[in-house]
Amino acid sequence: MSTIVSLPDQSTAKLPSKSYLNQEYGLKSWLLTGDHKRIAMLYLFSITFFFIIGGVLAGLIRLELLTPPADLMATDTYNKVFSMHGIIMVFLFLVPSVPATIGNFLIPLMVGARDLAFPKINLLSWYLYWIGGIFILSAMVLGGVDTGWTFTTPLSTHYVNTHVVTAAMGIFMAGFSSIFTGLNFIVTIHRMRCPGMTWFRLPLFVWGHYATSIIMILGTPVLAITLVLVALERIFNIGVFDPTKGGDPLLFQHLFWFYSHPAVYIMILPGMAVISEVISTFSRKRVFGYTAVAFSSVAIAVFGFLVWEHHMFIMGVSQYSALVFSLMTMLVAVPSAIKIFNWSMTLYKGSITFETPMLYAFGFIGLFTIGGLTGIFLATLGMDIHLTETYFVVAHFHFVMVGGMLMAYMAGIHFWWPKMTGRMYPEAMSKTAAVITFIGFIVTFFPQFILGYLGMPRRYAAYPADFQVLNVFSTAGASILGIGYLLPLLYLPWSLIYGQIAGNNPWQATGLEWQIQSPPLTENFTEIPIMDHEAYDYEWLANKTHHEVQTVG
Amino acid sequence: MTEKNISTHQDAEVHVVKPPVYFAIFFALLVLTALTTGISFIDLGVFNAVIALAIACLKASLVVLFFMHIHYSSRLLKLTVAAGLFTFMLLISLTMTDYISRAWGMF
Repeated sequence: MSTIVSLPDQSTAKLPSKSYLNQEYGLKSWLLTGDHKRIAMLYLFSITFFFIIGGVLAGLIRLELLTPPADLMATDTYNKVFSMHGIIMVFLFLVPSVPATIGNFLIPLMVGARDLAFPKINLLSWYLYWIGGIFILSAMVLGGVDTGWTFTTPLSTHYVNTHVVTAAMGIFMAGFSSIFTGLNFIVTIHRMRCPGMTWFRLPLFVWGHYATSIIMILGTPVLAITLVLVALERIFNIGVFDPTKGGDPLLFQHLFWFYSHPAVYIMILPGMAVISEVISTFSRKRVFGYTAVAFSSVAIAVFGFLVWEHHMFIMGVSQYSALVFSLMTMLVAVPSAIKIFNWSMTLYKGSITFETPMLYAFGFIGLFTIGGLTGIFLATLGMDIHLTETYFVVAHFHFVMVGGMLMAYMAGIHFWWPKMTGRMYPEAMSKTAAVITFIGFIVTFFPQFILGYLGMPRRYAAYPADFQVLNVFSTAGASILGIGYLLPLLYLPWSLIYGQIAGNNPWQATGLEWQIQSPPLTENFTEIPIMDHEAYDYEWLANKTHHEVQTVG
Repeated sequence: MTEKNISTHQDAEVHVVKPPVYFAIFFALLVLTALTTGISFIDLGVFNAVIALAIACLKASLVVLFFMHIHYSSRLLKLTVAAGLFTFMLLISLTMTDYISRAWGMF
């Protein structure tokens, strides 16, 4: 059952006199802070910076592909551009996007704690992120890397003379930054839940981040070791990946995808976590099948480790092994479908309103479903041989990563922006941005499915003239998409000064984070709350005036 | 504060390991290292790698259990270590599905 909740009158809302934003002033108070909310803001600025760089590189790729010949840039420059686009977007934007910004900000608030378990490690993770980022940027400035973001051997170890080692070290550092974030989340969720906050009263956002953290901790070290091996192979010729010395180039891909496939779930699970919150809030209903959604996150994390070889079906791996991995890949569809169906059931008979975060969430559900289902095409052995290494794959993972994760990230930022800053953004403008993003996305990436099916390979600067019409569509769509992302970059900073004051709970959401002032105090809660109701209890919220939140001193 | 006091005071949280235990483990590690070196002079055919790896695993377990205190830790921490080992096992065993069967039917 949904509960009708009337949104509060914002004209009476006032900014609190004290908050984490004005507790202290000056650069030092930010750069040496242990406050999870300030670190989240540091991360927000940092990943936005790298998103802009990655986005400009994407623009260059689409511009080059506007015409069939390689005319805008030299072909090896093109290789460097798409490699850098991949490396920056995956390791410096998507992996930290939701966990390090929104997750960092909200996990302590949602479990009723004053901070994460290890505030200094949290700050260290941001510094490691920047060290990694600087390494990757220097690899780009010094002349680039042209291996693609996958560093595939023997190309990366024996054939290219670009800055592979520099970029690999950058990713190594960024990897440790994400391990630290995961470690902090796991310890916080285990040890710092407030009284009454049982595992099954946790918001699904926290479950999603718990599952993500498990992958971060168990998977990322393998990536780190693999990249060190690539560096050792290049510098000292140790021969692990060199067949002439008894090594195997495919071993690299086994190790790399052992991390990088679960990393896909590092990138999507926090997005799903955001969607659970947004869908529930704007349907005013408890998430349908709460337990199933919670465990599906953990199931995705576990299954994610069993499927990596589907990236290697045509690389010369054993056919029998490929058969096993193809079957196991299909398994991941089950928990993903559980989530999609449960969100749809949450909408059923809810009192739905269409605020900006909800529009982005609808975008997520549609686009992620297409992205996920096309993944099944690629998991199917016979179909994969035709489709792999074509634009079909590019379209598939952009539907999941951009259509899925980026939509969810935007939903999350718009949903919690009032909590983070205390101010509202212009709603008409943000709704327009959400719609523009959706249209731009479809126009950009849908033609790529067709291009891939027709056989246009990925990672080439030139293509036959027959493919031009669809490529023009795609490039045109990319410029629409660009506007969709540019708008929030303009109105969100604008709202910091001119935005309406949001008040504590502008959406009438039930989470603990909405029951405190916006922006929160540095210590989050003046008194540690006691959780006496389930997550998403809108009845409780409606009756809140009758029984206030109980607290202990 | 004597050592005994510390251990009773914080028994639930931190287990203080007595120096003799550390020395015993250290000595065991030295013996096992010597054993690895010694055995490398004898040719055991396919068992060369098996024995070397078995001794290495034993040594690693000693370090994890005693030097890293997992032997004295809560079940949650034991589970954490087990999760790491389980993931490592997945990495090795599923990768081996490829290496074992790559040449099947080719010769």
